[in-house]
Amino acid sequence: MAMATPEHGSVVGVFAHVDTTVRALEDLRAKGYHDLTVYTPVPVHEIEDVLERDRPVSPVRLFTLLGALTGTTSGFLLTIWSSMQWGIITGGKPVASIPPFVVIAFELTILFGGVATLIGLVTLGRLPRFRPTAAYDPRFSSDRFGVAVHCPPDRSASVRQILQTAGAEEIKAVA
Amino acid sequence: MAVTEPRAATPTFGDVNRDVVATLRTPGNLYFAWMCVIGLLLAAFLAAWTYQIYIGMGAAGKRAPQMWAMYITTFVFWIGIGHAGTLISAVLYLFRARWRTSIYRAAEAMTIFAVMTAGLFPLIHAGRMWFAYFLLPYPNQRYLWPNFRSPLVWDVFAISTYLSVSTIFFIVGLIPDIAALRDASTGWRRRIYAMLSLGWEGSDDQWRPYRRAYGLFAALATPLVLSVHSVVSWDFAMALVPGWHSTLFAPFFVDGAIFSGFAMVAVLVIPMRYFFGLHAYVTDRHLDYMAKLILVTGLVLTYFYVCELFTAWYSGDHFEKASLFWKVTKNYAWALWTMYFCNCVAPLIFFWKRARTSVPIIYAVSILVLIGMWFERFNIIVPSLAHGFYPYTWGIYKPSATDTMIVVGSFAFFFLLFLGFIRVMPSLSIVEVKETLPPPMKERHGHGHP
Repeated sequence: MAMATPEHGSVVGVFAHVDTTVRALEDLRAKGYHDLTVYTPVPVHEIEDVLERDRPVSPVRLFTLLGALTGTTSGFLLTIWSSMQWGIITGGKPVASIPPFVVIAFELTILFGGVATLIGLVTLGRLPRFRPTAAYDPRFSSDRFGVAVHCPPDRSASVRQILQTAGAEEIKAVA
Repeated sequence: MAVTEPRAATPTFGDVNRDVVATLRTPGNLYFAWMCVIGLLLAAFLAAWTYQIYIGMGAAGKRAPQMWAMYITTFVFWIGIGHAGTLISAVLYLFRARWRTSIYRAAEAMTIFAVMTAGLFPLIHAGRMWFAYFLLPYPNQRYLWPNFRSPLVWDVFAISTYLSVSTIFFIVGLIPDIAALRDASTGWRRRIYAMLSLGWEGSDDQWRPYRRAYGLFAALATPLVLSVHSVVSWDFAMALVPGWHSTLFAPFFVDGAIFSGFAMVAVLVIPMRYFFGLHAYVTDRHLDYMAKLILVTGLVLTYFYVCELFTAWYSGDHFEKASLFWKVTKNYAWALWTMYFCNCVAPLIFFWKRARTSVPIIYAVSILVLIGMWFERFNIIVPSLAHGFYPYTWGIYKPSATDTMIVVGSFAFFFLLFLGFIRVMPSLSIVEVKETLPPPMKERHGHGHP
């Protein structure tokens, strides 16, 4: 969740199974360790259930909503305003004829909504990241799960103990 | 091509990475042989286009009233092909149809490349394509804006939105997979993949917005996929030409697009599975589902054809009836009957379960469907324009070598993009396939969360 602060190192447990990872997370939280980063090759419901318990829903949807509304508004503004620039009546219809403009407004709603969602994803996920975080291991994109606990050095022995008991395959300390 | 039995064991997470990375090794001679054929066709395509620019649109057989002919036929065909990808990736995602995971990446790539191929045709058809920027919404030197009541302007908005949103959706889906490729590769490849993965690590603070955003993209793309071909259909339906002026067109086009799109997915995925040995992921069950979707959309299409005939007769409109009678019996009747055979009769074989799992039958029917759907667009455009309201506007279109070469070359352009893509990028989604597998558990029973 939080990024590793420079003065603290991290202890990383590498897990091969979802249930052992979940057990480690539960134990760590019970002992009061909340500064965790969990690396998974895919989003896993069991792990998310533990992590999301006390977090608000990700605000990406706000980006989408604002983008989509901007799109609708600008679609109608562009079409209505530009027709008013040369107010010629065709087919006996009003100059600002709404039904055909719905098509443009609809397309811009989707377009701006999509672009805003992308902006939301990049901002909230803090992408792009130019240097890998110290706790990352290439196995985490394949079939291993990682739990990085960011803690002061004097606590690392107890963290190791928790990870070991939960069933970590490998435990390492990183700067 | 023989049906190989799927591997008995369910793949593990590690197997998925290994099998997908294996698809990126240096391909055999057959691949390069295909690339040579594609290169030659593309060279001919460029030569034909250059010739057309030099001579003028007459080189493409354009004579009044046949100003749309094969270019717009092929444009609509490619836009239609581009529908199945977003349907599979967005609509089936929202419906939680898990079987989509192993074919969606190929289908999405197909969508992007098909829409890019389609995008060539308005440029080619514009003749002086260096003025294509006239299509953009900005005022000319007399402060006149484009006419936003014109379906052709709607089309520009619909297609560019579709291309943009599909591309965003596609690239976002690729990011975690590129990170997996980065971790499996070395040297300069690793540096390129690292850059393209945007430093993705799969940490919980990345997955959280990612999962949300992905659902929102799917929710945005779903109405979009239904709207795009509706808007394309209004290019025709808003005009008064007999054979075009019908409220049937929007659903008729959308259904036909999905029908041809699934056929193209089958045409691409079956050889991919064979050459990459992906039988554990793309199983006979997937082929069965695709065949069922082709069957259903084919039956709906048949219903629309019947409606079209019925409306022409029941409306009592003289011109509509005359246009239809001319289509069914005169110069282009062969194209109409080819279309009825390919789109209405051929898919009926999928009522038979053995046909739905037989690779040669699925392949043959899919190709017939693609031919049938190309002819459907031909039958909408050419015979309708050939037989309008007044005899003095009637006129027959004959394809020329130039426009035929451009149409054939568009297939080369599409396959160049697709075959290039599957060489350097995961053609099977690593993350989504893993999500459908049982997650690795140490103890089989009770892991605390129901």
